[in-house]
Amino acid sequence: MAVASTATPTVTDDKELLISGSEACAEALALADLDVVTAYPIRPYDTVMQAIAKKIANGQLVAEYIVAEGEHSQFEVVKHASTVGARVFCGSSGVGWMYAMECLTVTPPLRVPMVCMVGNRALDDPGAFGVEHNDALVVRDLGWMLIWVDTAQEMLDTTLLAYRIAEDRRVLLPLAMSADGAFLTHSQTLVQVPTRAKVDRFLPRYDRGELLLHPDNPITVAPQANEDWVIEIRRQNDEAMKRAVGVIEEAYADFRKVFGRGPENPWFEEYMTEDADVILLGMGTISLPMKVGIRNMRAQGRKVGLVRPRWFRPFPTERLTAVLSKAQAIGVVDRDYSFGSPFFSGVVANEIRAAMYNADRRPPLLSFICGLGGREVTLEDVYKATDMCYAAAKSGKAEPRTHWLGVRE
Amino acid sequence: MAHFTCEVVYRGIFQKNLAARICRGIVFSARKAGRWGIAFGRYGDSPQRNGIPAKDFAIVADSQEELEQNMARYEPKEVDVTICLDDTLAKGVESWAWYGLQPINRVTVANGTLVVTSLRTADSLLRDIHKKSDPYHLAIIPAKASFSGLWVYREDHTEARVLGALARIKPEFLSLDAVSEAIKEQEWGSDLKVQSARKAHERLAVRPVRVTEGNDETPYAFEMPKWWEMREGVSIPAIPVGKPMEGGGGYVPERNPYFKKFTTRTMRPVIDFDKCVKCTLCWIQCPDSCFDVTPDGLYDANMESCCGCGVCEAVCPAKDCITMVNEAAFDDNQSQWEMWRRDKTAYAEWMTQKISDRAHTVRSHGFRFRGQYEKELVADRDVGGIEITDGIPGENAPRKARETEAASSIVTGVPEAPGA
Repeated sequence: MAVASTATPTVTDDKELLISGSEACAEALALADLDVVTAYPIRPYDTVMQAIAKKIANGQLVAEYIVAEGEHSQFEVVKHASTVGARVFCGSSGVGWMYAMECLTVTPPLRVPMVCMVGNRALDDPGAFGVEHNDALVVRDLGWMLIWVDTAQEMLDTTLLAYRIAEDRRVLLPLAMSADGAFLTHSQTLVQVPTRAKVDRFLPRYDRGELLLHPDNPITVAPQANEDWVIEIRRQNDEAMKRAVGVIEEAYADFRKVFGRGPENPWFEEYMTEDADVILLGMGTISLPMKVGIRNMRAQGRKVGLVRPRWFRPFPTERLTAVLSKAQAIGVVDRDYSFGSPFFSGVVANEIRAAMYNADRRPPLLSFICGLGGREVTLEDVYKATDMCYAAAKSGKAEPRTHWLGVRE
Repeated sequence: MAHFTCEVVYRGIFQKNLAARICRGIVFSARKAGRWGIAFGRYGDSPQRNGIPAKDFAIVADSQEELEQNMARYEPKEVDVTICLDDTLAKGVESWAWYGLQPINRVTVANGTLVVTSLRTADSLLRDIHKKSDPYHLAIIPAKASFSGLWVYREDHTEARVLGALARIKPEFLSLDAVSEAIKEQEWGSDLKVQSARKAHERLAVRPVRVTEGNDETPYAFEMPKWWEMREGVSIPAIPVGKPMEGGGGYVPERNPYFKKFTTRTMRPVIDFDKCVKCTLCWIQCPDSCFDVTPDGLYDANMESCCGCGVCEAVCPAKDCITMVNEAAFDDNQSQWEMWRRDKTAYAEWMTQKISDRAHTVRSHGFRFRGQYEKELVADRDVGGIEITDGIPGENAPRKARETEAASSIVTGVPEAPGA
């Protein structure tokens, strides 16, 4: 057979590896032919920087690997590399991500499609390295696309999708993939790794067009601009985020065509919601105890379902409210806190409340704060939340507005 | 029910604190009659830049509600009185923001008053001040541009004199007694300053300006792009490489056609092309790339780009080749090199006249020798706020008689300046 096959590679071309979420991310980065990566260690993100270093050391990836002297420089370096046309990767966790805050704010207006992994970690103090979602959530209003990942397989797939979406000329916005510390970053599962040929069919080269910083295209980036320009610049960012909605749908549809897997609905996973009286909602690896709990409760005749949002920015308002409106009660489980917020609830709960405000039907919504600092979310927690949701469904009142689950009291 | 709105147009840094004192003084004076007021600046002007045209405002009203009704947080749409603290600003204002060139009297209401601190005549100022579609009044407080800013505050009584003048223009809002009382209460106030205010009140010359009077020039303006017309990524294309001036010789850089910023200028270089040694230093050192390279290898300062910083004069090694001259001495932005090329004799005459111009070679801001500040300060104290017209020792020109007052319809009532 001297003639190269032009047939579409099948799923069987994939290789199966037993790897962590962080290693799955690194596999995808090698497949995406990453150009520049910067690193500065902090748990649990450091697992991905180690995995990338290993790939480069093994000759599986040719990329600039720059160890910065802190997170601020780490994010600055890739920001600049991206403006000259490099496909970049970066990441951090907890207070490391916060230390890069100034750079995180300037990245979206400069339309830099930086892809990052945030290994979700509690913010100091106390110095804890278990999962909380507050770190990634701090950029929710700034023009970052935010996605929460559940499994190592989803991590690999999402990393490929992330470049496709962020680098799309209609979008050009940074994208942070949140991975729950320990539960996703440090646990290894079987992952199907696609071939480079498939990835090449899915992921075009990064082209910044007229925004490329290059001697042949001399431009000034980030001049000072005051009240006569700023609102127009913000409006441009707003439009890019709006355009991202269509680009995300397109990318997931293409992903399914090329790789033969991936969700029909990019925005959130639905589990047994079809006939559910109570819908629980939570982001990230919290889905595991919820799914198991739901199966157990279904066996006892309780109709409970789960919605696990992937995309937090852009937020899938209409699609999400269409599903949630059908329930008798909604329980939003936040692995974050928002002290002093409406009803002292979690960030996600209040976003859902806001999204539901214009819905035709608004079932009672309870907010649960749970699993902070990496505490295990138990089946008992899930049952308790469900019981409270059923009570709210029966009374028609969203009481209590907020409840802390699994806290010693 | 009544209210009064006033703007103070000043030069950034050099007059920042002076403008603030005047606006605060207006509010304090009006308060004497129980009125309410606000004093604020146009924040986007970025008045922490040397010489940048900037604006402060004072609004006073009979009641708090009426004040709110007429209050602006950014810039009032119209003002009863415009106060211009540097007569080189009579040519117009281009702020740090992109508005194009704004005539100094742009927001002055019909039949309102433009007050200028200047040693020039009304006719001379009206060569610079743009025509207005409504009649208004021009009042002159005889003084050179005060240097009372962020780093140095010359106590030349300008704030007191302006407040005194306002008491004359708007007595129903600021009575002379109220102004006097308010001045005295300020941390900068004194009996001598009250006297200065009263003198200014007494001597202020006000002259009506007809719609036919003023500078004919159409101030440059432009449409700001829509958000979807702007390049994304907070990026702007680099200014293209320039082109030869003529016949393949020389070099003219491309310049921003919208944001010109030359109204920042209080002085401009006058060049004696016959003394130029073609060393390139002015061209290289100019922070605004304002020099055009002429086909014969000379350097022509382009007046649509020159900010008047004086670096060229400082670095020029050829004696008397570049001389900074007060901006008020010029009526246009024409190329000096073109004038020189056309008629060298006429140019020599023009140039000699400009650099010998005693009335104008006095720098409006900055110092030319050590001890100048102390010297001028003493002079101010001695005369109690009367303007200094004596020029500065060390200037490069012999004294020239002041512009004749006869040509003007203005009657200043001010005694001849000391030594005039």
